[in-house]
Amino acid sequence: MDKAKTWKRFFKQWGALIVLGILVIIGVGYYYLREPKITEAILASAVRQATPLVLGALCGLIGERSGIINIGIEGQMLMSAFTGYLVNVYTGNLFLAVAVGVATGALLGLLLAFMSVTLKVDQIIGGTVINIVAVGITGYFYQVGLTTEGKLAPIALGGLADLPIVGRALFNNPPITYAAIILVLVVHYVLFYTRWGLRTRAVGEHPRAADTVGVNVYLMRYVNVIIGGGIAGLGGVFLTLEAVGSFERLMTNGRGFVALAVMIFGKWTPLGSWGAALLFGMTSAIQTQIQFAGVVDIPHQFIGMLPYLLTIIVLAGVVGRSRPPAAVGVPYEKE
Amino acid sequence: MSDEQTQSSTQSNIVSGLIAVLRTVSVPVIAVLLAALIGAFILSISGASPLAAYSALLKGAFGNMDAFTRTLEKATPLVFSGLAVAFAFKGGLFNIGAQGQLLFGAIISAYLGFAIEGLPAYIHAPLALLGGAVAGALFAAIPGALKTYTGAHEVITTIMLNYIAINITDYLADGPWKDPSPTNIVARTPKILDSAVIPDLAGFPVGFLISVLFAAIIWWLLQHTTVGFEIRTVGQNPDAAEYSGVKVALTVILAMVISGFIAGLGGAVETQGVVGRYQPGFNVGLGFDGITIALLGKTHPFGVIPAAILVGAMEAGSSQMQFSANVANEIVDVIQALILFFVAADVIIRWLLRIREEEAGVKLTTGWGQ
Repeated sequence: MDKAKTWKRFFKQWGALIVLGILVIIGVGYYYLREPKITEAILASAVRQATPLVLGALCGLIGERSGIINIGIEGQMLMSAFTGYLVNVYTGNLFLAVAVGVATGALLGLLLAFMSVTLKVDQIIGGTVINIVAVGITGYFYQVGLTTEGKLAPIALGGLADLPIVGRALFNNPPITYAAIILVLVVHYVLFYTRWGLRTRAVGEHPRAADTVGVNVYLMRYVNVIIGGGIAGLGGVFLTLEAVGSFERLMTNGRGFVALAVMIFGKWTPLGSWGAALLFGMTSAIQTQIQFAGVVDIPHQFIGMLPYLLTIIVLAGVVGRSRPPAAVGVPYEKE
Repeated sequence: MSDEQTQSSTQSNIVSGLIAVLRTVSVPVIAVLLAALIGAFILSISGASPLAAYSALLKGAFGNMDAFTRTLEKATPLVFSGLAVAFAFKGGLFNIGAQGQLLFGAIISAYLGFAIEGLPAYIHAPLALLGGAVAGALFAAIPGALKTYTGAHEVITTIMLNYIAINITDYLADGPWKDPSPTNIVARTPKILDSAVIPDLAGFPVGFLISVLFAAIIWWLLQHTTVGFEIRTVGQNPDAAEYSGVKVALTVILAMVISGFIAGLGGAVETQGVVGRYQPGFNVGLGFDGITIALLGKTHPFGVIPAAILVGAMEAGSSQMQFSANVANEIVDVIQALILFFVAADVIIRWLLRIREEEAGVKLTTGWGQ
């Protein structure tokens, strides 16, 4: 009886995503039999396109699990993409560049935490401030014509990379893409199987109760938002140091917001977000493929709209409703 | 009551009124000063002279009649986008989509402006304005309806709709509505006909007058009509509004539609008063500036006007600054972002000045993700 109920709840929550996933797998399998090379290319591209989205979603969900809405992910990514790129331009040290990008994101996380936890500014406005500040500062300090020594290169994991279908997609990636996959697992473990995770969730669901049993609500929120910022920063440097190799104004192109949809689609869980990010990455990959191959005569603007349309559809709950942490967006007042 | 007493009480009324006004404007004014100060710091670490930069900026914005006209021209769409965001705030909604609504307003008014021939100016110009405004209103109805019927938070849906609007307007300006003249190689519509142009009156842009008039209309709508009262009630406390018989669902959509109407009208005024056609990239950022302006103007319809003039002056003066002080004009964006920060985090300024907390504003986080 109880078991049946648990399963029912599980399917209610995950049914839509699982069915979609199975459909995608069938589609991929079918297409692989016809066009193995193109299918492998699309899969590999999907995994990489999913990287900044899943990193952004991890940032969002760590924050929201502790009760802080972060709509400044876009700005955190943009600013980190920029600082990481600058460090690469002037030092040529890719490792240092990634570290500075992550630190930049974390610093903006600190700013968001300061605004929403200490100053109790409306969290949506706080995030918007970060987005606008990032656009202004990167725009001002951006100089045309900077060049870099190179970008992060793919590392093939031995024989695994030669596996059919998934080999190229999963085991022949540049470092940040691997890091994103590892982070998904780490955040999942920390959030659901450690004392820290339990406290984070308690602070996001019922801060008063958590406070009563001695959890420091402010500290938990600060640390989670800062760590989240660092992860978003990694998503930012992915764009400049791994995907494109250079910086352009406004290059995040809404990914920080799409990441929030990915987080909601993934029901505020790391594994769910990864699945959702892969679906989004898949649409982007197919979209690029259609444009590249020129098979259908659709204006490119309509194809370019797809991820944004998909985000709205996800938010509208067409693929199943979900419930955010109870105390999200509410500043906590100590008594 | 003797004459003397009446006089002194009137005086004290005036004094207390003045103090109230000072208290209201103190936070925005200090926010602007702090932002300018930090801006000066950034200028000097990047090797420029803040004094030269700021004086060139002022000269470019207010130095002569031409400069002042340009400032008002720049301020005009900003009054509209600021009003649009401020109005939505009153209803508890954060309309980040003013940008997209403005783009739709701009392109539809351009289309009506070049496609309809043979109308007298007194019909053609208002018709194109109205068309643009309605386009913005319809586009804003989408996030309103999504919020009401599905619970999708307007912050993300409006941002996504901004990208969709950019794509659709790009397509129209590069496809069916592209300027067919043989010399044209870029994506843009044909020039609008003279009968659709909003003229300047002796160097004074009429569009700006329309924006001020509209601010007054919005103020009246909010303060003196039932609809305005209902929108404000929903913004402050949706549960209480529902309980007292306000149809919250419809009010939310209506607030969004009016906000989009204002933004769309702003785009139309920009097309018909300044640009003269629709060209992608010409109206970028206006919607986002609206957020800064709405908050700087304390979401009051009349507060938006000086805020828009300030930002408009920065936009107008920045090219002079780039030219004569050799400073990248994006510094203006940095200063605006800092202004937004200090206005949003007004706790900092209140603490500096020891000003009491005002009454609680609207909560934008309501309904997040549900």
